[in-house]
Amino acid sequence: MHTSAWRKKLISQKCLGLPPLAYLLIFFAVPTVIMLFASFRYAGDYGGLAPWYYYEQGSLSFDLTLENWQRLFESDIYLQLFLKSIAYAVLATLLCILLGYPLALMIARSPRRHRDLLLLLVILPFWSNFLVRIYAWMIIFSPSGALTHMLNSLLAVFGIAPISLMYSPTAVIVTLVYVHLPFMVLPLYANLEKHDPALLDAAQDLGASRWRRFWRITWPLSLPGVYAGSILVFIPVLGMFAIPELLGGTDGIMIANVIKQQFVESRDWPFGSVLSMVLTAAAVLVVLLGAKFGQQLGHSR
Amino acid sequence: MKRKNRLLKISALGVYAFLYLPLLIVVIYSFNDSKLNAEWVGFTWKWYDKLFNNREMLTAARNSLIIASASALIATLLGTLAGMTIHKYRLKLLPGLVIAPIAMPDILMGVSLLLFFIMLNMSLGLLSITLAHITFCIGFVALSVQARMSNIDRSLTEAARDLGATPWQCFRKITLPLLAPGILAGALMAFTLSIDDFVITFFVAGVDSSTLPLQIYSMVKIAITPEVNAISTLLMLLTLILITLVAKLSPGALRS
Repeated sequence: MHTSAWRKKLISQKCLGLPPLAYLLIFFAVPTVIMLFASFRYAGDYGGLAPWYYYEQGSLSFDLTLENWQRLFESDIYLQLFLKSIAYAVLATLLCILLGYPLALMIARSPRRHRDLLLLLVILPFWSNFLVRIYAWMIIFSPSGALTHMLNSLLAVFGIAPISLMYSPTAVIVTLVYVHLPFMVLPLYANLEKHDPALLDAAQDLGASRWRRFWRITWPLSLPGVYAGSILVFIPVLGMFAIPELLGGTDGIMIANVIKQQFVESRDWPFGSVLSMVLTAAAVLVVLLGAKFGQQLGHSR
Repeated sequence: MKRKNRLLKISALGVYAFLYLPLLIVVIYSFNDSKLNAEWVGFTWKWYDKLFNNREMLTAARNSLIIASASALIATLLGTLAGMTIHKYRLKLLPGLVIAPIAMPDILMGVSLLLFFIMLNMSLGLLSITLAHITFCIGFVALSVQARMSNIDRSLTEAARDLGATPWQCFRKITLPLLAPGILAGALMAFTLSIDDFVITFFVAGVDSSTLPLQIYSMVKIAITPEVNAISTLLMLLTLILITLVAKLSPGALRS
């Protein structure tokens, strides 16, 4: 009797989790496995995928290959693109820390009643449409735009030839930072908000200077927030294709642009799947490393 | 201490300007009576006028609304279930599956769903877009609901059970009303995410169906025109309303 009641409870409540579990398995886990599988298939004659099995004289044969994966290592183009994308992601992450830290610190140290509003002001632009935010920078960087104008008149004073900001790696980095900055501010704020102000007061009483207080107390305590924000910025930047495509020109492309190209323009899905799997592995690795780092940090305290 | 505070405030103000000035430029130029987004010529409504006479844009807007409503509805249902079970039980698989679509770069979900739909011989269109949007919305709803769940005082439900309420009554009369703001906030977030999604939609939309972001993308690829500013401004206005609502309903939801 007791067991059956227990079983009934288990069935009635834990099973509520089954519909979302099933949905995510079907539409997230299965497609990822299919992508891994597709990376071992041949491309179809007109793009897409070729059949992976066929019947010949009554027996079943499989048509799978390692060629797509070999192609990854045949030239160093792809390796270089991956490294370049990682470099962009590192740079964008560092710049987000540089810009996001003072903002998060200011919000965390302002009166409690203002904090929600100040934070909402950080969140709002993040929720406005992604393309709109990119488009804003297309206007700013456009050759006829005010920024290019001002910059070039300034350069002319020093006798330097006019430059174009549009379609350059600079434009890509600035926009990457702009789009992902809120991802850095939110976890940083969540961390900084919890700091005990008594620590800083004590340090001040003991004669620590302003910078010393920051570098010896606030900064080390905020590292978990810095790591969390860095992961939230790094991963989407690593897989970004829209920003380089619209603002990067030929110099500014990243690995995701090649993935998009394989799936849309050249329709070489197997090779596109290979590149996607490498990107997946990179993202998973970053998450795991971040989790491990965060845990160590938690233990050492 | 004083001087540092001022330095901090000034740099924070600078970052706020960095966040808002570009968007302000988009809004201002949407009222500019010139084809170029360069100098100010005069005030006009004509880009909005043009927008409302643009048949493709209107179809895209209708598609976006249909997709966003459907995916918000289903994702809210599934996400609420997920959030509640994750809060109640120590599960392994479900929390990971809920977070993974949020943590992975969008493009990966886009291309893998494309492969998936093609393998099923499904034609790409509104249905495939909606199915994809539900996938990435579930997590956001689940997080919002989970955050709300942990704020509910357990003694309330325990008291109800002690007084003889069935589990269903207890859920209907106690848990659900307390959970409602979290659910509604999650639903609004799902709606906003769906309306705004570009990357995943780009891969699973096929050739015949367009959404607002896809429409903006194809316009931006050809040329920068003030019509894009007008649609951008309208979209911003819509998001502003939705997100302010979310913030009012459940201040914690946006931070997760």
